[in-house]
Amino acid sequence: MSNVPSPAPLNASALTPEGMLSGMRANIRSRKVFDGLFGVVAILALLVSILALVGLFVNLALQGSERIRPEFFLSFPSRNPFEAGILSAWVGSLVVMFVTALVGIPLGIAAGLYLEEYAPKNTVTNFIEINIMNLAGVPSIVYGLMALGLFVYKFQFGQSVLSAGLTLALLTLPIVITATREAIRTIPNAMREAAYALGATRWEVTSHHVLPYSMGGILTGTVIALSRAIGETAPLITIGALTFIAFLPTPPVSTEAPYLSFQWIWDAFTVLPIQMFNWVSRPQEEFQKNAAAAGVILMFMTLAMNGVAIWLRARYRSRVKW
Amino acid sequence: MHPSTNPLKARVQNVNFFYGTNHVVKNVSMDIEQNKITALIGPSGCGKTTLLRCFNRMHDLTPATRYEGAITLYPDNTNLIGTSVDPIEIRMRVGMVFQKPNPFPKSIFENVVYGLRVRGEKNRALLEEQAEKALRGSALWNEVKDRLGKPAYDLSGGQQQRLCIARALAVEPEILLFDEPTSALDPIATRAIEELVAEIKQRVTILIVTHNMQQAQRISDSTAFMYLGNLIEFARTEDLFHRPQNKLTADYVSGQFG
Repeated sequence: MSNVPSPAPLNASALTPEGMLSGMRANIRSRKVFDGLFGVVAILALLVSILALVGLFVNLALQGSERIRPEFFLSFPSRNPFEAGILSAWVGSLVVMFVTALVGIPLGIAAGLYLEEYAPKNTVTNFIEINIMNLAGVPSIVYGLMALGLFVYKFQFGQSVLSAGLTLALLTLPIVITATREAIRTIPNAMREAAYALGATRWEVTSHHVLPYSMGGILTGTVIALSRAIGETAPLITIGALTFIAFLPTPPVSTEAPYLSFQWIWDAFTVLPIQMFNWVSRPQEEFQKNAAAAGVILMFMTLAMNGVAIWLRARYRSRVKW
Repeated sequence: MHPSTNPLKARVQNVNFFYGTNHVVKNVSMDIEQNKITALIGPSGCGKTTLLRCFNRMHDLTPATRYEGAITLYPDNTNLIGTSVDPIEIRMRVGMVFQKPNPFPKSIFENVVYGLRVRGEKNRALLEEQAEKALRGSALWNEVKDRLGKPAYDLSGGQQQRLCIARALAVEPEILLFDEPTSALDPIATRAIEELVAEIKQRVTILIVTHNMQQAQRISDSTAFMYLGNLIEFARTEDLFHRPQNKLTADYVSGQFG
């Protein structure tokens, strides 16, 4: 405290009402200087982070704008930068995210529910809780290495959509679990007591009340987890994603029996960030434009997902209130 | 400590309750008369709410709790706190209304029929019939009959509490527990709840915890005064407030401490 210039002290000798009042006003003025100073610092901090982001985005958009044409979305990668497109990459990103969501969301929600509603509060659950936090901090390339050993070689899933989807699901699990638990914790205990008092079982309390009331928060956290997974590159390169894919996964539906096919989960794939990485590492100037254009698309996908998260939160918040 | 010759709904015998090593209810014995209102009063921390929550086994939801003694429910002599008795069965027979109104963030109708849904009732006509009966029973029907599909949280605090009473009544419990049901309400809503409680004792035996001694005097038939986990005195409400036998009771009801 001693190095902070002290505000003008209240003058104890000025005991007349007017003297006290002017002393008090001087005191308030000098304290308000710090108030204003902090406001300026805070705005500067905000501007730095926002301007950096906007600058980055504008730069990417300017560089890549001439490539963003319909053909860009409908062409496979090529040795000719003017013909190269992101068809296999964005389709790959979508199918990998589909597998990730299908595996990661139910597992994460179930684990979060168990920890909050079912697990006894003891040393073992404490240990598990701490380690879930730790898992969220594990570098993604380490997940990739583990997935290479487990999914690609041990389970023989190969360098497939399935391996990639599972790897990213593992990566998102801690985030989904944490989001689920935080959403569940916001539900007043009075809701649970009301249901229990009417003779509900633990599963009924969970499925009729806890889960529906916390769904907004859970979905928000989940979509944000997925929007982070969609930009992941390192773990997918580690499990051996190809950088040059000139074909699409097998269609899931066909006109011939058996009509439904799951062959696509075994297909090789690439995703947008990997395609981008591939182009960036080319020496030709023209490929840099392709990379910038792919970057703009990737950012739009991420922003769109965050938008969905915000929309979900608003929608559920207006439905559930107490 | 048995002031009664009326038929009994439950008998509390030497009940002790522990949170871990904390002895909260100490050797309490009392009789609960059928279709009467029994009030539990006493200063904060005296164990009255803890004793009330033994009646529907709410303590089972908290780890490291332990009951001793017996609360026998008549006429079938079921021990409410017996370890072999499923708490879910107990909660289906003994309803509860809480301190703060706690309707579910669902429609008014879904709130009232929730207990029936838990029991597996799917017949829409029957659910509607029971909902109307329960809402009439809690004097809420005329206020909500045109908006049963609207969120329960659109109701005022007093209406929400009456909705919670309807929700408890819809499953026709044998005993209804009230845990300071008016402490979060304004005087007008409080009066409506008090009138309601006095009326529904025709249908259900009532146990009510209250901080408010005037409330106990206005509505209850018998009153139990608790202090530091012990049942100090249990008598007809009239007698307890006007002719207390115990010095502590006399001091408490005359406002010397609280």
